Amino acid sequence: MTRTDRASHATHPSRRSMLGGTLALGCSLAASPLLTPITMAATPGEARLVVIVLRGAMDGLDLLRPVGAPELRRLRPRLGRADDADMLDDFHALHARLRGLRPMWQEGALGFVQAVSTPYRHRRSHFDGQDLLEAGTGEDVAPELRRSGWLNRALGRMSGVTAHTAFAVGRDEMRILEGPAPASRWTPGLRLDLSPQSQLLLERLYAGDPLFAGAADTALRLADGRAGLGYGAMLRMATRSAEEAAGSADDTAIAAYVARRLTEETRIAAFSLPGWDTHRDQHQTINRALGRLETTLLTLRSGLGPAWRHTAVLAMTEFGRTVRENGSGGTDHGTASALVFAGGALRGGRVHGDWPGLAESALFDDRDLMPTRDVRAHAAWLLNARFGLSRAELESTIFPGLEMGPESTILT
Amino acid sequence: MSSRASIAATRFGIGLSPGHQAPDGAAALLGELAGPDHAAARFPVAPLADRLAAAARHRALSDGQAMGMGDASAMLRAANRDLRAHNLHEQGLCIARAAFGPQGFRERLALFWANHFATRATENRLAGLSIAHADGAIRPHLAGDFAMLLRAAVLHPAMLHYLDQHRSAGPNSRAGRDRRMGLNENLGRELLELHTLGADGSYTQQDVREMALLLTGASLALPEGFVFDPDLAEPGPRSLLGRRYGGAQPDPGALLAALDDLAHHPDTARHVTRKLARHFLGPEPVPELESHLAAVFLQQRGALLPVYAALLEHPAAWAPERRAVRPPFDFIAAALRALDPPPEAVTALGPREFVAYVDGPLRLMGQPFHEPPGPAGFPDTPAHWISPPGLAARIQWAMAIPRVLAGQPDPRDFVTAALGDLADPETVMAARAAETRWEGVGLVLAAPAFHRR
Repeated sequence: MTRTDRASHATHPSRRSMLGGTLALGCSLAASPLLTPITMAATPGEARLVVIVLRGAMDGLDLLRPVGAPELRRLRPRLGRADDADMLDDFHALHARLRGLRPMWQEGALGFVQAVSTPYRHRRSHFDGQDLLEAGTGEDVAPELRRSGWLNRALGRMSGVTAHTAFAVGRDEMRILEGPAPASRWTPGLRLDLSPQSQLLLERLYAGDPLFAGAADTALRLADGRAGLGYGAMLRMATRSAEEAAGSADDTAIAAYVARRLTEETRIAAFSLPGWDTHRDQHQTINRALGRLETTLLTLRSGLGPAWRHTAVLAMTEFGRTVRENGSGGTDHGTASALVFAGGALRGGRVHGDWPGLAESALFDDRDLMPTRDVRAHAAWLLNARFGLSRAELESTIFPGLEMGPESTILT
Repeated sequence: MSSRASIAATRFGIGLSPGHQAPDGAAALLGELAGPDHAAARFPVAPLADRLAAAARHRALSDGQAMGMGDASAMLRAANRDLRAHNLHEQGLCIARAAFGPQGFRERLALFWANHFATRATENRLAGLSIAHADGAIRPHLAGDFAMLLRAAVLHPAMLHYLDQHRSAGPNSRAGRDRRMGLNENLGRELLELHTLGADGSYTQQDVREMALLLTGASLALPEGFVFDPDLAEPGPRSLLGRRYGGAQPDPGALLAALDDLAHHPDTARHVTRKLARHFLGPEPVPELESHLAAVFLQQRGALLPVYAALLEHPAAWAPERRAVRPPFDFIAAALRALDPPPEAVTALGPREFVAYVDGPLRLMGQPFHEPPGPAGFPDTPAHWISPPGLAARIQWAMAIPRVLAGQPDPRDFVTAALGDLADPETVMAARAAETRWEGVGLVLAAPAFHRR
């Protein structure tokens, strides 16, 4: 459903950090192409975790093409070809748009788990599916915004955690600014600096309404033309035409920002990459999303430097897509997809997980790739091994109803 | 103490205004729906046929450019420029309808249903079709039967294109057998999940597929608009939610029959009336009101006026606590309504100014005009809108706009014009304590009391 979402843009990191309390992460904001929350948390230790939600249902069978399966070409005449993909092993090929990730695969820092899904079944609605994956926003967001997501629950179980949210705002250009920038004007002659008196009066007004009180602190800072990025600049970015924005290398901005924060105090970060809902002409429409994923992973690696070896990146999606191409050269909502993982802390260079096959009898509902494992089990084992969460709390509180099963093979 | 008229104007209308008498209760609000659509007549937008003709011309220019015809590129650039200017102008007309129209309840229902049946142009040449959709499919039907509204909204070119229906063909249709095209489930799924039964409705993946097959044949052509193309239609009867539709031959009547049955389904009654109640009264459920509305919807076979009447006659509709929040579009319209400038202050703006004063601010507040994040429309909860960046953009607009519009009022008068007896002591005090006139007006517009409804 986020089919035409674009990358988002200038962000205003909210600096307020709080200790303890309920660390709640919401998700509804992320639905807007103009507001991309980036969650960051500082935890003790060196281990780093980046969760990327691939919003819109990523087609695992296109990204990680099982070209060794005899049924593939019949099910996917256009999308199942081997000639626009690069062989990874004797069965799987990587989509050609991800060719830039090959060195990462060869050095063992990129891997996949095939045929995984959340426990979400049958209805194939993006919103319900994403709720199961949601990582969300930090605790500096108003209580009404919060919805309990798994990463939020995990942070709540760790000791010594501080978390907050930065917001990317805009369209077609991503610029993340920290620290003071020159004051901007909205239109010539219009200063948007709030006078101290207005600032004070607004603070009082917002204090009286809990919904507004939760957002007011950060909002008033963002609204003041003297701090951060001014309104005029934000407005210009939000209203740039597609032609003006074309060719800008904005996709790297969130990843570069996250990488820098991870080399400082941040240890856990989460954000989403939209654009995977490829109902038509998938051989073209998926390229932009793949390109953003490639750029994101490459930028994270170069930005993290020596910290890359302590890093685990999990890129998960709400569900997969139909094994058959639909009538418009695209695919419809399905069930199992692939988990893409990266980072020096994980065992890449191979495809993990059991392969269910593409024979008619092996399909889920006669249309989807059959899930062979719960994608949450891999996240749970990672939280267990790297962040010290117990199996009991993982199975009861963080991923209620999950049976973690045998240890995930993606951990080195 | 809040009066019934103030609540009627803010909770069920766009807002209070020095230029309009506030409706004094349920009967007055319902009365607005009885007569003609005054705002649509006063601020007319281009008819659908003109939009489609322009899109067809645009396509011809694109084809010409692709074939290397000399003038086509320059003509295409000019056409794009004109299209953008025209769309911004019509966006201004849409704001003007809400801000200056005499029937606030009608405007609110138009916005609610347009978001329920959200569409978005995915090709530049079709930008503006969503305006024709809201104007031609939503507004004429919002006080009629849900079944007619559903037909009009779903089979409109804006929706058919947005949800890929023009790219769908039955696997056993002529087009399907020639392997040129096949089935696309997008519209079929959203029709059940979003437009009618709801995500928790009693349908299966098989019903989604059957709905998609029933929709085959319904398509879009330029400049004709909606067409039923038998070459795309899947032959044979279909079974949806346990009922059979159609026979051996492709028949658009089968699709209409299925749509009508969906419109009258108990799950649809529940889903649609729950959304309606929460839109007006805020996200906390009022269970007995919601079940009452669903019962009225079913009993009246989807006639919408009795449903609105049941909502307005319920005590919860008039509770003093204001739990809902104006979305950005409604906020800007309400502010303009309260400031009461001549409508030309909005409708006569050039593209550059309109982007700076309206289109850009809507983006920053999180509601780019007719660009919803998906077919579910914009989320309809206060918490979604009052985020730190969303509130920051509201503050900036509120503090800037009084300086843009000439003739700013005295803030002490403005607080009464904008909020009437809904003004709380803190907002009244802030209006009085501001250093300048425009800041006082801005503070009233930025106050929570002005965003709540």
